[in-house]
Amino acid sequence: MLRKKLSLWKESMRMSLMNIWNSKMRSFLTVLGIVIGVTAIIALITIMQSATTEVTEEFTAMGTGRLVVNATGTPLKSGLTLDDLTNIAAIPDVEGISPTVSSTATVKSKAAWVEDVTIDGYNEVYFKRNQELVSRGRALSMLDVQSKNRVALLDATAQQQLFFGEDPMGQKVYILGDEFTIVGVLSEADNNDVLAQAQSSGTDGGRIIIPYTTAMTLTGTRNIASLSVYVTDTSVTDSVQSALENVLNAAFNYKDDSYRIINMESLLDTMDTMLSMMTMLLVGIASIALLVGGIGIMNMMLVTVSERTTEIGLRKALGAEPGQIQLQFLIESIILSLSGGVIGVILGLSVSYIFSVIANFGFVVSGSAIALGVGFSAAVGIVFGWAPARKASALNPIDALRSV
Amino acid sequence: MQNDFFHMTGIVKRYQMGAELQTVLKGIDLTVREGEFLSVLGPSGSGKSTLMNIIGCLDTPTEGEYILRGRNIAKLDAKQLAAIRNQEIGFVFQSFQLLPRLDAIRNVELPLIYGGIPEKQRLARAEEALVRVGLKDKLNNRPNQLSGGQQQRVAIARALATNPSIVLADEPTGALDQTTGRQVMELFEEINREGRTIIMITHDLAIAQHAKRIVHILDGLLTEGEAQNAQEKA
Repeated sequence: MLRKKLSLWKESMRMSLMNIWNSKMRSFLTVLGIVIGVTAIIALITIMQSATTEVTEEFTAMGTGRLVVNATGTPLKSGLTLDDLTNIAAIPDVEGISPTVSSTATVKSKAAWVEDVTIDGYNEVYFKRNQELVSRGRALSMLDVQSKNRVALLDATAQQQLFFGEDPMGQKVYILGDEFTIVGVLSEADNNDVLAQAQSSGTDGGRIIIPYTTAMTLTGTRNIASLSVYVTDTSVTDSVQSALENVLNAAFNYKDDSYRIINMESLLDTMDTMLSMMTMLLVGIASIALLVGGIGIMNMMLVTVSERTTEIGLRKALGAEPGQIQLQFLIESIILSLSGGVIGVILGLSVSYIFSVIANFGFVVSGSAIALGVGFSAAVGIVFGWAPARKASALNPIDALRSV
Repeated sequence: MQNDFFHMTGIVKRYQMGAELQTVLKGIDLTVREGEFLSVLGPSGSGKSTLMNIIGCLDTPTEGEYILRGRNIAKLDAKQLAAIRNQEIGFVFQSFQLLPRLDAIRNVELPLIYGGIPEKQRLARAEEALVRVGLKDKLNNRPNQLSGGQQQRVAIARALATNPSIVLADEPTGALDQTTGRQVMELFEEINREGRTIIMITHDLAIAQHAKRIVHILDGLLTEGEAQNAQEKA
């Protein structure tokens, strides 16, 4: 029984391929709609997925697992005190906190005088989180922070302007009159930290990093306005955020707008949601092409059925059951539609590959997009082939044979 | 057993023609024994096509009983009728009805596909049938590469391929010239001599006389014809 069915499937497929091949031009024009629809869907999904991956990577580079606190404070209290920092550090699942004290100052070396140098005060946690930050020398240590050591790391710009290519390691610089020893040079990787860039005043005098405690003393700052809170795992970000809100509310007496928390993950989520909504919308539009393609297939199948009325009658006279006739025409429409789908998948992937090369995105072949394209086109073949196949199977063999 | 082979009693067929109910067959009794060569002779409009459709299980009678090999055809559904057509009846049509895109062997193979026979066996049987009708070297010719007589031979081979109990021919020489028509009739006679039952529908007395037995159909009624003559000739 199964063997009989398989044999019939095989024969139907052979007949279908032959019929499609015999009217190549017509078949091609018929499946064009499907090709266009599937191409559009595959290209859209693949491109959007590449874009999403790209954006996600960029955001991750900016720092996931990290909450950025901007504490403008209240008129009475213009930022977080060291006690507040201790409370924040004590929140469960907080791995570390990294306060930022940012200002600009005029910096002097034995050879030069540079204005508008960004002076950023950080702690050891910041360096631990940004491993690539130090290209030469050492990072700030906990000891530097605790004992307010006068040590500094400087970036390439500052190095160039202050030392003119001379090795800065161990040299002295004077910031607001205080002497600092250079212990390290910052790498360009620092530039990846978009948030840090946005926070620093972005002057072209270069950038110098010193312990934040030293920076507070140096600039006379008593409160911390900017803080990164690192969580142990990205899954606990939300719970840490609400605990953090509690601490900050207590610190600022529940005053509105006294602080702001930027959660990288929620930003990322929003972006993801937006992108996937856009993908769905575009795919929806592309599906219209598939619908039109499906109607084209139905039209061609109806024409085929009327053209082959005699053949259908003959097959019935020779013992084909109505179901077998229906199967043959259904297979023909599925093959037709599926071949359009396969061409569409290939074209769609090519289009998105070209796009990824032009846009300099990573090319991601999405298995689900291919499955969707192939599945969609097969479904179109079944749905739109059903009525014509049904019509063929219902033909009365006597009438069909008489129509010669 | 012999009586049960092919037996029609009181076959009536009515069609709704617009507002009018037309009775095409008005009570036909017909018994065919195994191995017989029967001609049904009648002018057009006599109901002979309708009778052929019923004999060929393409249609079911409005009234009456048609027993073919112990099965009452009137009581079968479309699927069962398809199976009967496939296994019991070999059709030969006036216009050959070959599929133009298939070569001879694939055309002959066609009914075997619906019989669920594996491909190797199908091709072997199709070839055997084509050899039987004398087309040994035309196996891979398409219908348009064959003459009318050869095409009808392919059609006869197709009818024989399933090893049916009846070969049902509808004006088999209608589209052929006299010489090839006669050759085709000789082939039918040969096949009949091998023990195959043949029922042939025609309006041409000369063709009908190749049969051993002739029945006349006129206005939906059957009368036994010049059987004597025909048998003498056979």
